[in-house]
Amino acid sequence: MSVLIGHVVWVNGPVVRARGSEHVGLLEVVEVGDEHLVAEVIGLEGDVITLQVYEETSGLRPGAPVFGTGLPLSVELGPGLVQSIFDGIQRPLPVLEMRSGTFLAKGIEATALYRKSKWSFTPQIESGTDVRPGQLLGAVPETPAIDHRVLVPPGIVGRLTWVAPAGEYTIEEPIAHVENGSGTTVLTMLQRWPVRRPRPYHHRLPPTEMLVTGQRVLDTFFPLAKGGAAAIPGGFGAGKTVTQHQIAKWSDADVIVYVGCGERGNEMTDVLREFPHLTDPHTNRPLMERTILIANTSNMPVAAREASIYTGITLAEYYRDMGYDVALMADSTSRWAEALREISGRLEEMPAEEGYPAYLAARLAEFYERAGRVVTLNQETTGSVTIIGAVSPQGADFSEPVTQHTTRFIRCFWALDKALASARHFPAINWLDSYSEYVDEVVPWWQDRGHGEWHRLRAHALEILQRESRLQQVVKLVGPDALPDDQRLVLETARLLREGFLQQNALDEIDSFTTIEKQIRMLSIILRFHDRAAAIVAKGCPVVIVRRLPVVNTLLRMKTSVPNSQVDLIGEIERSLDEEMDELESDYS
Amino acid sequence: MISASERGGQEVVGAARIEGPIVVVEGVTGIGYDEMAEVVDRQGRIRRGRVLEVGERFAVVEVFAGTTGLTIADTSVRFVGEPMRIPVSSEMLGRIVDGLGEPIDGGPAPLAEHWADVNGQPINPTARVYPRDTIQTGISALDGMNTLVLGQKLPIFSGSGLPHDRLAAQIVRQATLTHTGDASYAKRFAIVFAAMGIKHDVAAFFRESFTAGGAISRVAMFLNLADDPPIERLVTPHTALTLAEFLAFERDMHVLVILTDMTNYCEALRQLSNIRGEVPSRKGYPGYLYSNLAMVYERTGRVKGSRGSITQIPILTMPNDDITHPVPDLTGYITEGQIVLSREMFQRGIYPPIAVLPSLSRLMKDSIGPEHTRADHASLAAQLYAAYAHVQDVRSLASVIGEEELATADQAYLRFGRAFEQEFVGQGPEESRTIEQTLDIGWRALSILPRDELTRVSEAEINEHYGEH
Repeated sequence: MSVLIGHVVWVNGPVVRARGSEHVGLLEVVEVGDEHLVAEVIGLEGDVITLQVYEETSGLRPGAPVFGTGLPLSVELGPGLVQSIFDGIQRPLPVLEMRSGTFLAKGIEATALYRKSKWSFTPQIESGTDVRPGQLLGAVPETPAIDHRVLVPPGIVGRLTWVAPAGEYTIEEPIAHVENGSGTTVLTMLQRWPVRRPRPYHHRLPPTEMLVTGQRVLDTFFPLAKGGAAAIPGGFGAGKTVTQHQIAKWSDADVIVYVGCGERGNEMTDVLREFPHLTDPHTNRPLMERTILIANTSNMPVAAREASIYTGITLAEYYRDMGYDVALMADSTSRWAEALREISGRLEEMPAEEGYPAYLAARLAEFYERAGRVVTLNQETTGSVTIIGAVSPQGADFSEPVTQHTTRFIRCFWALDKALASARHFPAINWLDSYSEYVDEVVPWWQDRGHGEWHRLRAHALEILQRESRLQQVVKLVGPDALPDDQRLVLETARLLREGFLQQNALDEIDSFTTIEKQIRMLSIILRFHDRAAAIVAKGCPVVIVRRLPVVNTLLRMKTSVPNSQVDLIGEIERSLDEEMDELESDYS
Repeated sequence: MISASERGGQEVVGAARIEGPIVVVEGVTGIGYDEMAEVVDRQGRIRRGRVLEVGERFAVVEVFAGTTGLTIADTSVRFVGEPMRIPVSSEMLGRIVDGLGEPIDGGPAPLAEHWADVNGQPINPTARVYPRDTIQTGISALDGMNTLVLGQKLPIFSGSGLPHDRLAAQIVRQATLTHTGDASYAKRFAIVFAAMGIKHDVAAFFRESFTAGGAISRVAMFLNLADDPPIERLVTPHTALTLAEFLAFERDMHVLVILTDMTNYCEALRQLSNIRGEVPSRKGYPGYLYSNLAMVYERTGRVKGSRGSITQIPILTMPNDDITHPVPDLTGYITEGQIVLSREMFQRGIYPPIAVLPSLSRLMKDSIGPEHTRADHASLAAQLYAAYAHVQDVRSLASVIGEEELATADQAYLRFGRAFEQEFVGQGPEESRTIEQTLDIGWRALSILPRDELTRVSEAEINEHYGEH
C-alpha cells in the first residue's frame, strides 16, 4: 500500500524533514527509511514535509526513502483489546518481545489485534433492518467481564442485507452487509479510527453518577463523576502513581485504560504482575479482564509518547460507545507535555512559558474535553469516559504551565502534598487545597442510595479540618496545652479524621478499598464522637480524659478492623461510644 | 580500535565551522544521524565524536575531546557509517578505562567478546521481571526505612561536602542479598563505576575503597575526571551501562552501577544545548533533559531469561542543596526513590546523615515482610516515619516555648527523636548491621514512646516487640 513520496533531507532526533510529493496530507502516517520507521506528518511547506518519527532515528541518513500510507494515525478497534498491553502507537508489546527479545528493536511491524483469533459472534439484529451508526449488530464475549458489542461504525447508514449467523469468526471475516444508495459496505469486527479525532456521539449528559473509587478521601470529600475529568498533581514520591493504581484497581468503571506515558518501566511491569491476581470488588473477576494497558516508558521514543495519550482516549471512547463506563488514567500528562515541548523545540517554534509551545493549553483542552457522559449515536445507549490525569510539576511547583493550564479544563483537583507524603500520610491528598466541582451534582446520587446526610457530614468534617489548620498555626507558637478545651477537642477530632478516615493503606487487605456504606458509617461515627464529646467538654470535662476513652483507639483502627462486608460492626462501636460517653457525662453533670 | 576508513566510511577534509565542542562539515551526503565520527587534527591525532544533526549537504558533529587546536582548513572528519559501538567483555572487570571505554591503566585493550551500541535500546516492559530481592546494605536508615532492591535505581541526593562517596563505598562493600536471595550472588557480583567530572581525589578514594574491600578485580572503572573534556561526560554513563548490560544480561552477573556525579553530566548537556542555540526550559537546561536522563536511568532492572541484574546508585550533588533544582527533580521522577543526605545532620556529626523523611524507596513495599525480611518490617517502618515526622513538629514547638513546657508525650517524642537519629540512623562507616539488628534498634527507639502513641503497628506487634530490646 505504501508509495514512495520523497526522501529525507534533515534529521534531528525524532524530527525529520523530507522533500518530495505535495500530495501528502497533514497528520498522515508515513514510513521512513529502509527500516520503515513509523512517522506522522506534522508540517508541510512547499515540497518540504516535516515528520515526527515514532521510533529511534539513530542511523537514519539524508537520502533515505519516505513512503506514504494515505492514512492518518489510527488505532485498530475490535475484540482483543482488553487484557492487552500496547506501546504508544498500539503495537502489542508481547508480540514485539517475541520478535525482538528483551530490547525493543526498530522497525518491527505488528498489528494491534491478532488476526487469527476466532471470536464467538452472536448476531442481535435481523437482516432487513434499517441501521444507523451505533446500532448493535451482535456481541462477542471478549473476556468474562466484558461483552464486546459490535456496532455499526460512524458514517454507515443503510439497510442490513446480511448478518452472519452465530459462530466463530476472525476479526477480518465479514459479519454484516449494509446496502445504501452508494453500494454495499462489508462490515467486519475490525474497525479503525484516527486517534486525533474524537469519536462522535449523539449528545452529552450532565455528570451526575459518581465514580466510586473506594478511596475515602476521594469519594467522601472530593468525588469524581463518571464522565468527569480530574487531575492529580504532585511532586515525585507524593503518590501519584499509587493513587492512579488504586483507582484502576477499585473504581466501579467497567473498563480501565491505563496509559503509562513517559513513566518507569518497572511500574508497568508491576501492573502486569499484579492485576491478573487482583479481584474486581464489583464483578469478582480478575482486574486484568477489564483493563487495557498502554506503556510508553520514559526511555521509549518521545514522539510515540505524544501519541500514547490519543491512542488511549480513542480506545476508551470505543468502549464508551458500547455503553460502558470507561476510566482512563494518564500517568503522566506532564511527560506528554514535555514530548510536545521537545518536538516543538526541535522545530524551532517560538516558545511560550518555560519552553512549552503556545498551543499547550489548546492541546490539553482538546484532550480533557474528550471526557464525558454521553448518549451514543444510536440515541439509546449511555456510556462515559472519565479522565484522571497525573501531573508532575517540576519542583512540585503548582504554578508551572502544565498544572496551571490543566486546572482550567478539569473540575476535580486532587492536590498531592509533599509534607503529608513525608509524614507517610497516604493518600497524600491535601484536604485544604483539593476541590471537586461535582459535589453538588452527585448529591442526588448519594440520596438515591439512602445517604442523604452525606453532604452535611462532608461539610461538617471539612469545617473541623479547616478549623484545625488554623489552630495548628497557634499551636506552633504556644503549644496545644495553651488552647481552651473546646479548641483542643477540634484538634482531637481532626486527628481522628486524619488518621482514622483520610489515611488509607493501599497495601492493607481491608483498608485498600472502602465501600460507600462503610465510608458514611465511619464518617458519621467520628462526627458523633465529636458532638458528644463537645457536650461533655462544655460541662467541664478535660479533653485529655475524653482522649483516653478506649473507643478512641477503636475509632482509629476501624478502617482496618471492620471488613466491608460487616459494616454493622460499626454499630457496635457506636454503642460502646455511647456507653463510654454516657458514663463520662454522668460524672460531669 | 578499528579505524573509520577500514570500516568503509566517508571522509571529508576541512570544517565549515568550529564552535565550542561542535564541528560542522559541509559537502557530505548520506551521513547517518547519531553516527560516530573521527575528527583528525593537523598532527594526525584522532578525536572521537558523534553526529547530532544531518542535512543534505552538512553534518553537525560533537567532539568528545573538545575542539581546541582544530583548524578550519586542516581538520578532517571521517564518518564511521554506524552509531557508536564499544567492545565489551568480562575482561573489563579489574580495568580502568576513560569515558569512551579506552583503557587508561596502561594495560592492553581487552579482547572484545561483543561490540555493543552505546545507546542501548529500551527494555520492553513485558520483558522485565519486577525486582523483589532485598539487598541488605547493613545500613539501618536504608535497610529499615528505604530498602534497596536488586534491580532498583536508587540515587543519592547529596550536596557538596557531604559524605555521599563514603556512603556509596560502604553500600558497595557491605551489600549482600538477604536469605531469600540467590546463594551464588557473591560469585556473580560485579561493579561498574562511572565517574563524570569528579575530582582525582574522589576517584582515588573509590579505587582505594574497592581495593581495600578486595573487590577491585570485580570493578570496571570508567573515568572522566574534572579536567577531562566535558562533552565526553555525555557518553560516559552510556558506555558504562553498555558494559553493565552485557555483564548482567549476557553473562548473568549482578551488576551494581555507581554513577557519579550526574549533576556534571547534566551540566555538560546544558553546555552543548546552549552552544546549539536550543530553546531552554528551567535554569537553562534543555527541554529533553527528562528523556535524556531516562535513557540513563531506565537501563536498570531484571529481565526474563537472564539471572543477572543491574542495580543503579547514581549520585548527584544538588546545587545549593536545592531538591527542586531540575537535576534532582527530574531524577526523582524517573528513579525508584531517592536517598537524601542532610547537611544539618552532617553538621551534628551523624553518619550517615540520611534525611529519613524526604528519602524513599518505591520498591520497598513488595520486598519486605515475612518472606523477605521480617513480618513487622512494614508497620515498624511506617511507625518510625510517623513518629519522626511528629518529632519535627515538636522540635519547632520546643524552640518557641521551651522543652519544659511540652506535654509529657511530646517530651518523649524529643527523646525518641534523639535516639532515632543517633542510634538508628547513626552508625559507623565500617559497621554492618543485619536486618534483624536494624529492626530491633527501631523497636528500642519506639519503646521510648508511650504505647498508645503507636497507631501504625498492630497490638500483636506491640506485644511482641515493645520494650523488648
